[in-house]
Amino acid sequence: MIGESMYQELILEHYKHPQGRGLREPYDAEVHHVNPTCGDEITLRVKVGDAGKILDVSYDGQGCSISQAAASVLHELATGSTVEETLSVVDEFTRLMQGRGKVEADEEVLGDAVAFAGVAKFPARVKCALLSWMAYKDAVVRSAAT
Amino acid sequence: MTYDGLDVEKIRKDFPVFSRELPDGRPLVYLDSGNSSQKPNQVIDTMREHLAFHYSNVGRAMHLLGAESTDAYEGARDKVAGFIRAPSRDEVVFTKNASEALNLVAYSFGNPAVTDPRFTLGPGDEIVISEMEHHSNIVPWQLLVQRTGATLKWFGVTGDGRLDYDPGVITERTKIVSIAHQSNVLGTVNPVAEVAARAHEMGALVLLDASQSVPHHPVDVSRLGADLVAFTGHKMVGPSGIGVLWGRAEVLDAMPPFLGGGEMIEAVWMDRSTYAPVPHKFEAGTPPIVEAVGLGAAVDYLTGVGMESIEAHERTLTAHALDALREVPGLRLIGPDTIEERGGTLSFTLEGIHPHDVGQILDDHFGVAVRVGHHCARPLHLRFGIPATTRASFYLYNTTGEIDALVRGLHHVQKVFA
Repeated sequence: MIGESMYQELILEHYKHPQGRGLREPYDAEVHHVNPTCGDEITLRVKVGDAGKILDVSYDGQGCSISQAAASVLHELATGSTVEETLSVVDEFTRLMQGRGKVEADEEVLGDAVAFAGVAKFPARVKCALLSWMAYKDAVVRSAAT
Repeated sequence: MTYDGLDVEKIRKDFPVFSRELPDGRPLVYLDSGNSSQKPNQVIDTMREHLAFHYSNVGRAMHLLGAESTDAYEGARDKVAGFIRAPSRDEVVFTKNASEALNLVAYSFGNPAVTDPRFTLGPGDEIVISEMEHHSNIVPWQLLVQRTGATLKWFGVTGDGRLDYDPGVITERTKIVSIAHQSNVLGTVNPVAEVAARAHEMGALVLLDASQSVPHHPVDVSRLGADLVAFTGHKMVGPSGIGVLWGRAEVLDAMPPFLGGGEMIEAVWMDRSTYAPVPHKFEAGTPPIVEAVGLGAAVDYLTGVGMESIEAHERTLTAHALDALREVPGLRLIGPDTIEERGGTLSFTLEGIHPHDVGQILDDHFGVAVRVGHHCARPLHLRFGIPATTRASFYLYNTTGEIDALVRGLHHVQKVFA
């Protein structure tokens, strides 16, 4: 019953009640990422303020509970934080997801995102969890370039 | 458990995979044979025996092992020819898979070296497919029209998952009509004879993607009405790496070679070559020898069970599944909801729950293996306005009890996401 541990209450909660969903103005960069094997997709915008402060992460997309909940958690973690801080969270989240379930999650860094630890045991689902986070990283890089 | 003259319990004992347990003691409920089928001991042992004691290259080795290997490889061609009632064994071409067979045919068109008017192709000429095709019967034709400037046309699909057949789509400019015999998503069996009659009237050739029909129904290629038929070994209890293109001898003769190399030639000079007669004209290089031998064993196995019995058994399973799935609230079947002209492939959505979540919980909790996603038929899913479906597909070794396990699993999925 490994799957039960993957569908943590927190993940289901974010899936049923996504935070910050919907595309908003103003924004510095917009990206569109897809997962061709399962058809999941996300459009994501970031607005960066002074001193690299993330003013807003807005998004819209479709996909499974894991991909949609991951976007919602990302919104909560990133908004109000800074580019530098969030990129280190993205790195830690990526490390956890690619660890095949053998990497100990750093809850200090990851906060609620630690709920996705169970996903790492399912190689086929890792890309679902990472979709929005990779889109966010891409958007932040692009916003810096503008 | 015997029904329709088919002893499922006995059949399941032939497939070693059904004797294994999944982690946490879950039984395996394999409902993904439309994706790829499981293999019986008869296929596994035959391949092992050939690799261990009879292996050598085919067609060119002048020693005992070479003769044994060639006999086994060509013997597999005889078996496949008999299985699909091909008028001649030389009409059976071994390929890597059904995709390669379909690409082989696509590359026969618009080749400047070929003057047969059936295979010339340019702007104004048309190719006809359908909206329910697998990507392997869409993309090769898109590539062909990019190369030649020809036009790609298609039949639509009705709301209940049937071919929206409009004979007017096929015109005098149509060079080939290429459609699925049975849809890998909808389960729909298409009216091949009717489409082929119209195509031939207009002077077009007819190619069938029979990947989902040959494993499940008795198929007589000489009576289908098609000129060319493609299918694959791994969906019919055979190994992966081996597929088949059947074609009427006269049509195969008129087609140019596909891949060049050893074994497909008659004589080679530095500036030109002449080619071996069919089927070897299309079999360049060392072929998948053991895989072909394995496919031969697979058709022996299916013949031993009886294709009529397999078809009847799957019909029973499909009728049971249609009834059972109808009882699941919020379930939308994508495809015909009656047993007529459909096979044992059922795709559906569950309201508010993504198929990846459905498949994950079915697997982890119940050991039920289904396929989730667009099943390499994205345009068909776009047609129905959905990104993905959950698909259950049946074969000779499945039982109504396994379908009941699927339904119990679906109820649990709905509880998790309630």
